[in-house]
Amino acid sequence: MTRATLIRPDLQLVADMVEDGSRVLDVGCGDGALLEYLKRQKRAVGRGIELSQAGVNACVGRGLSVVQGDADKDLGDYPTAAFDYAILSQTLQATADPKGVLSELSRIARHAIVSFPNFGHWRVRWSVAARGRMPVTPALAYQWWETPNIHLCSIRDFLKLAETLGVAIVEGLALDVNGRPLPSRVTSRWANLVATQAIFMLRRG
Amino acid sequence: MTTTFGSLSRVPTYDALPGHRLVLGADAPLKLDCGIDLAPCTVAYQTYGQLNDARTNAVLVCHALTGDQYVAEDHPVTGKKGWWEMMVGPAKPIDTDRFFVICANVLGGCMGSSGPREIDPKTGKPYGLSFPVITVGDMVEAQLRVVRHLGIERLFAVIGGSMGAMQVLQWASRHPEKVFAAIPIAGAARHSAQNIAFHEVGRQAIMADPEWRGGDYLNQETNPTRGLAVARMAAHITYLSESALHRKFGRNLQDRQALSYGFEADFQVESYLRHQGITFVDRFDANSYLYITRAMDYFDLAAEHGGALANAFRGTTCRFCLISFTSDWLFPTSESRSIVHALNAVAADVSFVEIKSDKGHDAFLLDEPEFHAVLSGFIAGSAELAGLRR
Repeated sequence: MTRATLIRPDLQLVADMVEDGSRVLDVGCGDGALLEYLKRQKRAVGRGIELSQAGVNACVGRGLSVVQGDADKDLGDYPTAAFDYAILSQTLQATADPKGVLSELSRIARHAIVSFPNFGHWRVRWSVAARGRMPVTPALAYQWWETPNIHLCSIRDFLKLAETLGVAIVEGLALDVNGRPLPSRVTSRWANLVATQAIFMLRRG
Repeated sequence: MTTTFGSLSRVPTYDALPGHRLVLGADAPLKLDCGIDLAPCTVAYQTYGQLNDARTNAVLVCHALTGDQYVAEDHPVTGKKGWWEMMVGPAKPIDTDRFFVICANVLGGCMGSSGPREIDPKTGKPYGLSFPVITVGDMVEAQLRVVRHLGIERLFAVIGGSMGAMQVLQWASRHPEKVFAAIPIAGAARHSAQNIAFHEVGRQAIMADPEWRGGDYLNQETNPTRGLAVARMAAHITYLSESALHRKFGRNLQDRQALSYGFEADFQVESYLRHQGITFVDRFDANSYLYITRAMDYFDLAAEHGGALANAFRGTTCRFCLISFTSDWLFPTSESRSIVHALNAVAADVSFVEIKSDKGHDAFLLDEPEFHAVLSGFIAGSAELAGLRR
């Protein structure tokens, strides 16, 4: 299997939500694994924004169209409805203004696909409630003093924000620790307890 | 200063220079931005590699202020290596085994293209200051004539650094349908006040040289080599960085153990700059320096489009790759970033990379492995999208 056909399970689920031949903006595209997959397997016209210069250089070096930029600052540049999909994978919780970023994503693209670690997960709750310590889990693998995650939320928090912004949930998946979908409804209280992360496809209402 | 300077008389006549010449006659004058129709007009250019049958593999290289068409071969005047041999050649990022590379001496230049050094057919004497003031746009129109002459409908890529980047942006803005990939390196969409100021210092140095003779030195058989050398020395500082100068020279003394308590070149950095000035006047014309710096000063792509840079690129189908260098203070990253903002505003296909380097503006001419790797990747990706077979 080539690099482009095998990607992280959660990225695969994101990719599965994207229709063939779409225009995609991947915000926080890292080394470009998802963009390359979408380009090769979904004939997508892809663009990326990445904060780290090393990530940008790697992406451009593999032929992807990526700019160095910041989700908090640079999304305002893009015209309305310029893309079919704007993807924000595991980055929302690290932005300074998640509400603004989410609002911009759903302005720029017909669909926003957002994934994030679920702070409602039982291990998080257990860590704080029983041990009185900030959680360090596989999905949140940082000590409190080093974490880039400054705006963590639970699935229910996210749903509330989506409602506030007036964006509709088109599709949602609750994922287990291995990035595999759980059978429970993503909007259920059970999912908010057992899912380590969630993926949502949103559409401006 | 006891140094003696070289002389332009060492430059061979145009006819002896290698490469090609396109002569535009009175039936096809170059319509300049200043309103003048220039004819006859010569565009000297050089090519490397083979144009494929479909004529789809052409790469136009746009040279910088003091560059010329000799990109990837020994220079006919100086004997030095081509100015971008690191980038252009077999198995190089711009692979001449794969691409047909074109580089034209800019209009106003002094390596065979029409410029103030060339004979004005109306008077039979060198133009001097009667040569019309040209713009980056005029340079691009001259290049377009060469591209048409070669039967090329669309260039696979247009690439250049510094003033070359300005030409790339002008190409992409004026003729987007003729450019598949646009690669402006260490450039800007407008010349900044600081950069205009540096250019003015250079021009004043030339014009203050008594041998400049109001620009008529070629007719009066003088040569303002001192003024041009000083202009080059001042400009050369702006191409480097403080840390690069320090790393190269520090406060080291030149050929001596102690300070001379005089105005000889005590320091290595002085000696180096003097050398830069002296060697420059052997290959460059002082009036050309005035004209080309002026063209850069006039460049302001947003102003051409109602003050909004995004308008310069609306609806563009070009694939852009912008590259800047961290220590470049002449064309800093912020200039490239503002172009990226404008391109994002029209949802253009754009890549933007800032390369870490302490070599200043000149980094685009030097061995910067990450720069070359990124560029190779971008070109390979673009070739795939353009359907160019290996």
